[in-house]
Amino acid sequence: MDLDIKIATRESYGEKLAELGEKNDKIVVFDADLAEATKTIIFKKKFPNRFFDMGIAEQDMVSTAAGMATCGMIPFVSTFAVFAAGRAYDQIRNSICYPKLNVKICATHSGVSVGEDGATHQMLEDLGLMRGLPNMTVLSVSDDIQTKWAIEEILKINGPVYVRLGRLKSPVIYNENQKFEIGKGIQIGNGNDATVIATGLMVSEAILAKEELEKQGINIRVVDIHTIKPIDRELIVKCAKETKRIITIEDHSIVGGLGSAVCEVLSEEYPTKVTRMGMKDTFGKSGKAEKLLDYFGLTKDAIIKEIKKDM
Amino acid sequence: MKITDVDKLAKIANEIRIGIVKEVYYGKSGHPGGSLSCADILTVLYFNQMNINPEQPNSPSRDRFVLSKGHASPALYSTLAERGYFDKKELVTFRGIDSILQGHPDMKHIPGVDMSTGSLGQGLSCANGMALASKLNKDGNRVYCLVGDGEIEEGQIWEAAMSASHYKLDNLCVIVDNNNLQIDGSIEEVMSSYPINFKFESFGFNVINVDGHNTEELIEAFNKAKTVKGKPTAIIAKTIKGKGVSFMENQVGWHGKAPNEEQYKIAMKELGGEI
Repeated sequence: MDLDIKIATRESYGEKLAELGEKNDKIVVFDADLAEATKTIIFKKKFPNRFFDMGIAEQDMVSTAAGMATCGMIPFVSTFAVFAAGRAYDQIRNSICYPKLNVKICATHSGVSVGEDGATHQMLEDLGLMRGLPNMTVLSVSDDIQTKWAIEEILKINGPVYVRLGRLKSPVIYNENQKFEIGKGIQIGNGNDATVIATGLMVSEAILAKEELEKQGINIRVVDIHTIKPIDRELIVKCAKETKRIITIEDHSIVGGLGSAVCEVLSEEYPTKVTRMGMKDTFGKSGKAEKLLDYFGLTKDAIIKEIKKDM
Repeated sequence: MKITDVDKLAKIANEIRIGIVKEVYYGKSGHPGGSLSCADILTVLYFNQMNINPEQPNSPSRDRFVLSKGHASPALYSTLAERGYFDKKELVTFRGIDSILQGHPDMKHIPGVDMSTGSLGQGLSCANGMALASKLNKDGNRVYCLVGDGEIEEGQIWEAAMSASHYKLDNLCVIVDNNNLQIDGSIEEVMSSYPINFKFESFGFNVINVDGHNTEELIEAFNKAKTVKGKPTAIIAKTIKGKGVSFMENQVGWHGKAPNEEQYKIAMKELGGEI
């Protein structure tokens, strides 16, 4: 694991999508005037006929993709997460999820790690909104390798999928041989002192915390939940049974996202105290992404502090 | 099946109206006014214009119809039943818990429904997607989308109008059911969408104004639309809400209300339907 190499998951998405475009001519891509930022521009350059810029009109974009899916095409829809899951929520709900259409919504610029654009552009509620929708599969990917796997894997699902991607360059966690499976979390380490259940950008922070704590004789484990829905109930319950504490961390609101999903599982199957780290029912603000993550307590140091607090 | 005889088409439209009233009466809920106003439009589409086959409701090259004003589901269901997509006996189950006929069109369970709709303003975008796919795959089929004159108050309709024009979707035909009434009152009183024709024209559409209850005018408009290249067509159909049932005509109150037994009997008598 070499966490020094950093690639933004939006980059990984853009590259993989363009690669898949060669293998599958049913793939069409929609963007709302953000192709440069979401990286769908790579696909656009290779396959201009299968790329549709819908302008600054996300609601129209989502429903148009739905209509195209009824004709057997496989639309990938991209824009910033706040405009996809937020602005076009009703279109995702009624035009895509209700008729269970084969549309992949790959939303970039999620979380407070968007940085300088500030609160209006930092989507903190998308996991909650999307996982509440019947028929929807929800992914929140943590690194380059996992993102590339996910973008290819979701083609096997004949139905709606939401993939949460980030703007910030983040460490490459996995190697090419790593096996992933939709709905199966990845346990990293076997420590029993605590389990840090993380998703997306926070997975690498949790791993860094784990490594530093090991040097101090504290052994934790990290669980990478890349599939928010359907969530890996079995692994969550197993870790709750085997470790002293459960902590969740996400670059997302603690209301409705990973933390809530973990609490739902544990309260039903193995009641356990859970500490939810994330955005604490607040909007973000402008600033450099790294500084914001530090400000809102979304770093390895914040995780270490939380774990030591109880010891 | 292509019926050109206008008298035959008028009879079919009347049968469809009987079906609409039955659905809403037996369902004890639903939207009769805006269903009756578009019955003639649907008749011309499904019995004269569209290239469809009820035996193969999912044929990839079929023409498509999106009922963007999804609350007019009684009209669509009655038309589909009349055209042979499913048994007319189903109509009386409308909105019931065991029925396939959901309150608003559900493409997953109802044969012949090309798009699930209900949340107003989304259907035109969906129709655009179908028209784009047709262009991309060179299928040569056409896409029809019926919107309401109240529905076009939704901003997404105009996003979609921009897209249809931008992508030169000449295989798309939008029909506006201009019955002039919405739930809270007349279009002018609530939120005027007028002038509808000039709005679509300025968005780059070929616009045709017709009497939405005149079969000949409707056929002529649809035929004309097929010949226009490089831009989509909008047919602004002037209609009467509740058309065909005297006490429902032009009455705001009949937007979303079921008739009682006495009213049902009167309606059936007027339409010549069996109770």
